[in-house]
Amino acid sequence: MDAIRIENLTKKYKDVVAVDTLTLSVHKGELFSLLGVNGAGKTTTIKMLSCLTQPTSGDAFINGKSICKNTAAVKSLIAVSPQETAVAPGLSVWENLELMCGVYGFTKDKQIAKITELTELLGLEAVIRKKAGKLSGGWQRRLSIAMALISEPEILFLDEPTLGLDVLARSDLWDLIRSLKGKVTIILTTHYMEEAESLSDRIAIMKDGKLLICDTAEKIKERAGTDNFEQAFIRIVKGVAK
Amino acid sequence: MRMLTFANRNTKEILRDPLTLFFGLGFPVVLILLLSAIQANIPVKLFEIQHLTPGITVFGLAFMTLFSATIIAKDRGSSLLQRLYTTPLTPLDFILGYTLPIIPISVVQCVICYIVAIVLGLDITINILYAVFCIIPVSILYIALGLLCGSMLTDKQVGGICGALLTNLSAWLSGVWFDLDLVGGAFKKISYALPFVHAIDMERAVLAGDFSGIFPHLWWVLGYAAVLLVLAVLMFLRQMKKQLG
Repeated sequence: MDAIRIENLTKKYKDVVAVDTLTLSVHKGELFSLLGVNGAGKTTTIKMLSCLTQPTSGDAFINGKSICKNTAAVKSLIAVSPQETAVAPGLSVWENLELMCGVYGFTKDKQIAKITELTELLGLEAVIRKKAGKLSGGWQRRLSIAMALISEPEILFLDEPTLGLDVLARSDLWDLIRSLKGKVTIILTTHYMEEAESLSDRIAIMKDGKLLICDTAEKIKERAGTDNFEQAFIRIVKGVAK
Repeated sequence: MRMLTFANRNTKEILRDPLTLFFGLGFPVVLILLLSAIQANIPVKLFEIQHLTPGITVFGLAFMTLFSATIIAKDRGSSLLQRLYTTPLTPLDFILGYTLPIIPISVVQCVICYIVAIVLGLDITINILYAVFCIIPVSILYIALGLLCGSMLTDKQVGGICGALLTNLSAWLSGVWFDLDLVGGAFKKISYALPFVHAIDMERAVLAGDFSGIFPHLWWVLGYAAVLLVLAVLMFLRQMKKQLG
């Protein structure tokens, strides 16, 4: 079954077409990556799918619920970990998680159970009482993802989750994302080719708001006639391969 | 419940900033002590404790404008608000969540000022309690001004405009430091067209037990508070829509 079905989704800002008649599907439990250079339309696509911005035309369905007509139902199914780290800096890690539990209306017992579960899942025990603003970039991203998982979303949007992290922090975060595979449908946007290739079940490559290709990393390399995924990406974006 | 969770977070963020504690609670106390010391050496009617304290309690609220503006501007500058926009929090939750935590902080600030004033010789009367109660609409006025500034400005701009400019303007135009009759003319007219001096005149009347004297000042305070609150809500919703693209 499709977790997300996108039909001719379009977003225009004045004369600029940020996303142009995008049509694709994401399967349930899949880790799906959106790749593209700056301005390709990845973040705008995520913003539309997470009801943060209205499409100019077209529609998308999250577990069958329209993002245009049923935003409340869609919001209850999704969670977003934005591009920049979205944590409350003056609160501790525990308090940040508590904040998210509270805005989703959890009871005190459920709050404690959920925070304990996510703390273990994301390995946050060591920093649980530390202020979020004092954590390193890697820990903040980890917390940011934990905050997104609080609501037990069926679909998780990770917008460039490893941007600006060092190699070790990125590797740790990859392990974390891998551990979430199958538990939740993940839509990942990234600039890093190796990240998309290593983590994704399928990859969509966008350019100027248009979808160029959507397939597994292996098939994309095959179509581009190269063994190197980065080369395949460049060929496809430059229009050398289709 | 959801709104209270968000309000609770805002309370923690504000109170955990040491500058908040200094400027919000310590600075008005320092002013009362300093001006009372001046008054002891060079007696000036304006700085008599029963005149000075209501003025300082209102002046201290300028820092509440700074706090509310800063937290909103900082949240707007980070992705936290974007994350929270995807949760079931409604626009009303956001507005109340930013406004409500600062009201008790304002009341505490006012109470501390009166405690210090009592130590310095202010007579203990029930009017002090009324004066503390009447600070609530004044605090809403100042918080609304902060909401408005925080929804329009960046956190750096907030520091300059609310932290320096507004704090000084609200003091000069309120008659807390000098009698407005000494300047008179257009300056006095402008001051009385703004709410700050009315807030102080109202508080002075309440403390003096002159309850008929709170009018028309209360109407000026409530009127400005209502207008600023509506403008702040509209501006917050506008920036929310803009931020969502």
